[in-house]
Amino acid sequence: MSALLSVSDAHVSYGKVEAVRSVSLDVADNEIVTIIGANGAGKTTLLNAIMGVLPLKGGTAFAGADMAALDIEDRVAAGLCLVPEHRELFGTMNVEDNLLLGAFRIPKATATQSFERVYALFPRLKERRKQLAGTLSGGEQQMLAMGRALMGAPKLLMLDEPSLGLAPIIVADIFRTIGELRAAGVSVLLVEQNAQAALKIADRAYVMELGEFILSGSASDIASNQRVAASYLGFQHEGASAI
Amino acid sequence: MNTTIMLFLLQDGITNGAIYALLGLALVLVFAVTRVILIPQGEFVTFGALSYAVLATGKVPGTAWLALAMGATAFALDLFDARRSLRLKRVLRSLALNIALPAAILALTYGLAGPKTPIAVNIALSLLIVAAIGLFLYRIAFQPLAHTSVLVLLISSVGCHLALQGLGLVFFGAEGLRGPALSNAALTIGPLRFTGQSLAVYGLTIAFIVALWLFFGFTLTGKALRATAVNRLGARLVGIRTTLSGQIAFLLAALIGAISGILIVPITTLYYDTGFLIGLKGFIAAIIGGLVSYPLTAVAALLVGSVEAFSSFYASNFKEVIVFTLILPVLVLRSLAAPAVEEEKD
Repeated sequence: MSALLSVSDAHVSYGKVEAVRSVSLDVADNEIVTIIGANGAGKTTLLNAIMGVLPLKGGTAFAGADMAALDIEDRVAAGLCLVPEHRELFGTMNVEDNLLLGAFRIPKATATQSFERVYALFPRLKERRKQLAGTLSGGEQQMLAMGRALMGAPKLLMLDEPSLGLAPIIVADIFRTIGELRAAGVSVLLVEQNAQAALKIADRAYVMELGEFILSGSASDIASNQRVAASYLGFQHEGASAI
Repeated sequence: MNTTIMLFLLQDGITNGAIYALLGLALVLVFAVTRVILIPQGEFVTFGALSYAVLATGKVPGTAWLALAMGATAFALDLFDARRSLRLKRVLRSLALNIALPAAILALTYGLAGPKTPIAVNIALSLLIVAAIGLFLYRIAFQPLAHTSVLVLLISSVGCHLALQGLGLVFFGAEGLRGPALSNAALTIGPLRFTGQSLAVYGLTIAFIVALWLFFGFTLTGKALRATAVNRLGARLVGIRTTLSGQIAFLLAALIGAISGILIVPITTLYYDTGFLIGLKGFIAAIIGGLVSYPLTAVAALLVGSVEAFSSFYASNFKEVIVFTLILPVLVLRSLAAPAVEEEKD
């Protein structure tokens, strides 16, 4: 099985500070992969670099094609989409227009289908479609950000901290939706601090610390790893203190 | 002062104000989409007006050649930018836009220009020429700086203004020019006489405001432009090319500038450097509108026009002083009303 996204030996720097060091990862078709790690580990930086927002040194390929020469807009057209940490919505435009612009790169007929699909996933957005994006609640804004990304019918959706600052009940909702995306044929690369929730829906996981991957494996393996449990899941297995 | 004089002044003010409104709208549009404060807006006015005036005498204006030269520069920049991944499709597209288009406009101008060319054709030609210049100006002077601060963009903008003004002197000479009126019809209501020209000014201003409103409110391209203005990164993440948005904004601004120029050149003699002052008055209206509000800008422009008309009657020596002083209370009020101005992040 060839990988949908493959990143090899990636380095990302802010000036002289290297925020991501020699990171390699891949995401297969119809797979949910998560990168967990503490604040400041370099997760957001890595996602932004894969999207082309930040320059990345190393190899990146998407759907079998090298991405090095592509800018953000080309990557979007190729089917890669990022829902950024700060959501970057069009605050002074209404929900419907935000979604419409999400379908900027695809033909109009497909956009109509996308509308139906997104409204089915997030019925709340349909209720609020004439409301300005900036006046939505945090949870609704996250739904809108995801909805806008899905409007473009991406092959791979990259989500950056979708649960950040949201009430637990909404977080559960968001994660359930992410799980449903797989059925719709969308692969997901999920960056999360909420490791517990992320590991529950993911197939595979990478653990990032200080700009490097220190662990990788199936989500269940990672979840049962003692070190991960101690650092990120907030509880200790027996004997974990021995590490 | 009697009522008749007041009505005359008001009419004069509103006619000028309508022109300032057009220019102010273009400035707001360009600033919103690209963060560029478009000082060369005035040059679009002069280039449009004087190209039209030169075409009316049956000659080909130098601006047509300028468009081709700028297109060639833009093409060279495109090639240089894409040097690492030269794809035939991209090169051909750039060639069509940057070389073929201005060459076609130049050929068209040579083919059509003559002493008997209809006014409508001359207008269309000058609009085409100036639109192309606007498009290439963005590509050459602003697209490479798109990520920099407002201040850097402003410096580039001032540079463009000086360069284009100098070129204006080369193309049109130091003598002022006038163009033929769009229509010689006139309408008299009470003491006021409305010339066809001033009616065209009102009509086109209103038409442009409505067209802009429709464009930004109801078309995908218009919404994409607004989205670029609201959130650049967000726009890029949905695949909107911010360079394309910038090009469209400059194209529209150049068109609006040229139309304004063509509307006033039959009324007043324009010199190669007149545009700057006209553009600045549009700028005052745009500042009063906070560089964001289209309706406020339009209203402010009418105010600027009226103040100008009245002050030219009472204190014509201080006309410009009075008009530009308008900006001071506005700036004071704005800075008081918004104490926590968001600092430029990038």
